Amino acid sequence: MTARPQALNVPPSRRKKATDMPDLLIELFSEEIPARMQSRAAADLKKLVTDGLVEAGLTYASAGSFSTPRRLALTVEGLTSESAATREERKGPRTDAPAQALEGFLRSTGLTRDQLEARDLGKKGEVFFAVIEKPGRPAAEIIAEVLEDTIRNFPWPKSMKWGAGNLKWVRPLHRILCILSDEAGAEVVPLDVDGIASADMTEGHRFMAPAPFSVTSFEDYSTKLKRAHVVLDASERADHIWADATSAAFAQGLEVVEDKGLLAEVAGLVEWPVVLMGDIDETFLGLPPEVLQTSMKEHQKFFSVRNPKTGRIEKFVTVANVETPDNGATILAGNQKVLFARLSDAKFFWENDLRVAQADTEPRMKPWLYALETVTFHNKLGSQKDRIDRIALLARRFANVVEANQDQVEEAAKVAKADLSSEMVYEFPELQGLMGRYYAAEAGLDVSVAFACEEHYSPLGPADDVPTSPVSVAVALADKFDMLTGFWAIDEKPTGSKDPFALRRSALGITRLLVENGLRMPLQAELRQAIATHSATNNSVEAELEMARIDVPDADVDKHGLRDAEGEIAADLLSFFHDRLKVFLKDKGVPHDVIDACLAMPNSDDLTLLVKRADALSETLKTEDGANLIQGYKRANNILSKEEEKDGVFYELDPKVKLAETDEELALFDALDAAEAKITPAMEAEDFTSAMTAMAALRGPIDAFFEAVKINSEVEIVRRNRLCLLNRIRVICGGVADLTKLDG
Amino acid sequence: MADATTKPASFQEIILRLQAYWAAQGCAVMQPYDMEVGAGTFHPATTLRSLGSNPWAAAYVQPSRRPTDGRYGENPNRLQHYYQYQVLIKPSPPQMQELYLGSLKAIGIDFSVHDIRFVEDDWESPTLGAWGLGWEVWCDGMEVSQFTYFQQVGGHDCKPVSGELTYGLERLAMYILGADHVMEMPYNDPQSPIPLTYGDVFRQTEQEYSRWNFDVADTDTLLQHFKDAEAECTRILEQPYDDPKTGKRIVMAHPAYDQAIKASHLFNLLDARGVISVTERQAYIGRVRALSKACADAFVQTEAGGWTQAENSPA
Repeated sequence: MTARPQALNVPPSRRKKATDMPDLLIELFSEEIPARMQSRAAADLKKLVTDGLVEAGLTYASAGSFSTPRRLALTVEGLTSESAATREERKGPRTDAPAQALEGFLRSTGLTRDQLEARDLGKKGEVFFAVIEKPGRPAAEIIAEVLEDTIRNFPWPKSMKWGAGNLKWVRPLHRILCILSDEAGAEVVPLDVDGIASADMTEGHRFMAPAPFSVTSFEDYSTKLKRAHVVLDASERADHIWADATSAAFAQGLEVVEDKGLLAEVAGLVEWPVVLMGDIDETFLGLPPEVLQTSMKEHQKFFSVRNPKTGRIEKFVTVANVETPDNGATILAGNQKVLFARLSDAKFFWENDLRVAQADTEPRMKPWLYALETVTFHNKLGSQKDRIDRIALLARRFANVVEANQDQVEEAAKVAKADLSSEMVYEFPELQGLMGRYYAAEAGLDVSVAFACEEHYSPLGPADDVPTSPVSVAVALADKFDMLTGFWAIDEKPTGSKDPFALRRSALGITRLLVENGLRMPLQAELRQAIATHSATNNSVEAELEMARIDVPDADVDKHGLRDAEGEIAADLLSFFHDRLKVFLKDKGVPHDVIDACLAMPNSDDLTLLVKRADALSETLKTEDGANLIQGYKRANNILSKEEEKDGVFYELDPKVKLAETDEELALFDALDAAEAKITPAMEAEDFTSAMTAMAALRGPIDAFFEAVKINSEVEIVRRNRLCLLNRIRVICGGVADLTKLDG
Repeated sequence: MADATTKPASFQEIILRLQAYWAAQGCAVMQPYDMEVGAGTFHPATTLRSLGSNPWAAAYVQPSRRPTDGRYGENPNRLQHYYQYQVLIKPSPPQMQELYLGSLKAIGIDFSVHDIRFVEDDWESPTLGAWGLGWEVWCDGMEVSQFTYFQQVGGHDCKPVSGELTYGLERLAMYILGADHVMEMPYNDPQSPIPLTYGDVFRQTEQEYSRWNFDVADTDTLLQHFKDAEAECTRILEQPYDDPKTGKRIVMAHPAYDQAIKASHLFNLLDARGVISVTERQAYIGRVRALSKACADAFVQTEAGGWTQAENSPA
């Protein structure tokens, strides 16, 4: 590793500090801090200390914090040398108030009677005043308090005690470095936390420079640390690792597989990064690249190095914490040996798994499917095998929706989770699905079936890709339907922040699978069917449903006296879908009221239809004509509703052109005819955007009509005709969404 | 004793050097516990002695059995019977890490060419109701030890805290000795009149136990033994503290704990026989944990566990 002359991230301004604005340096030196906690801890140290200082009346120019495996460091520059004196006046009781009032005031101010001032406030009489003066406190005193408090209450995700002490830290804390420095020199801020006294001392690299040394400033600290083989700044360590790794790979025509999480972790495992590139033994190059990558990352924290021409992982990069006379040869040899053992395991799993996958059994991969019978999915929802059987039934139903071959979908559903029994997935659970794809292909199954094994888990989140291949989509839908309806049937719904079975993710997954593939499905009926599948195949679900049947409101008992618990649960689940959809659409910029307006329409359990409506409405509302049309529509609807209520009739007859009296009225008739000619076919084609465009074109005639025409004509037949005309507006413009639900 | 700067020549020399090193650090060098256990932690010198306020320092080799890891002696580094080296110091001294590194040096690891790392690894033993924070220690990417500061054992907070070290001896020795297969590793000095490899000593037993563990052990008998051990442990702990015969206060934490160890090993055997389902597993672990906790409760009622007559006599 080459020396780095420049100091760390120090703004040049700090070199021009005034003598009365000292700098503070803190280092908390401990045994090895878990990598995943370091950067958060550095940020917490900075926040807690600087907040504490400010709260105690100090100010500072800038602050920065750092972490290595063995230390958290904080530099605060341009600190005021003492807090400002404060003077506070508090008004107390009147001098003639009862004794208790005075006592209370004395207690609350901490003063005695003779320290109070009596002031004559004229009409209000003579009143006691307390003047509390607090002198400024030296920075060192404040720092000592704030730092001790910070150490004792540090928000580590997990902390521990050690030895016979009571202090808690992430691992044993050994040193507290705390100095205030200015041009005159540095002074230790005295403090003692459970026997650990502050000092100006620290240590370098555990093996390369273990001797303790003293420091006088942040600059001195970071320079001496670097000399002692410690790079203080984690991002500098990460940059160095990445630069050395990529250039070593590039020199051999290879590339490092990017992995930011791994890079951050590795940068937290070393104080002095030394990048070493090693070989993967030939015998392992036939393993799937994902297996190599996962094994090397999980067990060894190695980066994978890929041959861009073949896509194969051919080498690895490991990061050591030490420079050695043999340039890392011993370290690399050791790492290669460990890797050999690890990959031998992986290869052993892969070959054992291939024997199962390639065996000529009926069905394919029979031993794995058989093993899933003994794996409990949930104690009320049966085994994984039970679950797979249900998914297969559902997937078969969905084959029609996605226009896939029913038998192929069922076959995919039956093998999609076979890899859960494989040795590789047992070892690396994160490879589930992916291994399924490899093994299904090895089993000679159709490529669409193999892909379904991998893709049926998708989408895993709002940003994850949605499968598009019909077989994958059918199995993915069935998988999530089974999850949701099962847990709904046994009343294990998500509450608040608790969603242990990730049911919100399942509902969003179904929504995205349907909407983004443009699939049409009456959700209420399908959910009900899936719930019925659960109860038909599972006694404990059936029992739960029997209990639920009692709770079905009498109003919902159907004409055969049937209490449809399945339907009730499906309806409840549907509203959960609608809630998820609202969140999903809101993230895409569709406002809440637009969704409500569309939910009020028939067939709102067809999510694809619902989203089509919402998209069209939301687009229309963005145009000026669209926004104004809504106003016109609402005006028409308000007048009409009011008159209908008053008269006790619905004005639903066709308005007659011959009763029109003004040009504006005639123009509206024409415009409505013209719009209807466009809207009717558009609605039939569910082309809501065209329908809404045609509606928006009505904005002008409707506005002109309201401008010129008085609805409540004295001639009753004309009035009624005009109300019927308003009704036509309501009918024609109400086809896409219930516009009355819109805000504003 | 060989010079620490030279490389050890055999498996047993590594053990001997560790024994000498930790003896020199003031540990009581103890002998393996005479029962089947899954790890060195189960030795009462660790589990029970980490409880209570009395200072303690012990080091020992513990043969450990993990029936599911049996590979008929064929796998280069998996064994159903292997050795752990265990160190427990209470309270953990401030220089615990340096002491540990000193032991690596003593067995021939040269820090100028090797990469030693402390990588987060929190330890938890569900069957012992115990947890602690610490690391797995890596040497050139290989895990060579577990290093743990015990926080809780048998459901009791550790006060003071013990520092615990566990060395997986075979793996560590294979690395130091440069052996690729555990069975090829020299057990005694290869220059001895009768040089023996690890395989000469253990291949036979690995085969026999692998077969028995996986296919032959009678599960009905094992299940019955499990129940018997559980019942006996409970029965022992139900006895009054005062012994009617001697008139002395004798809390029988250790005999009860032996039964808990037995139950734990029987569970491991049942697991290897594949007769414990995923759901039952948790229940069995819970039953063993309940025994361990009850034993820990009893141990802190003994003088070795910090109980004193003075503090507990009525005022």
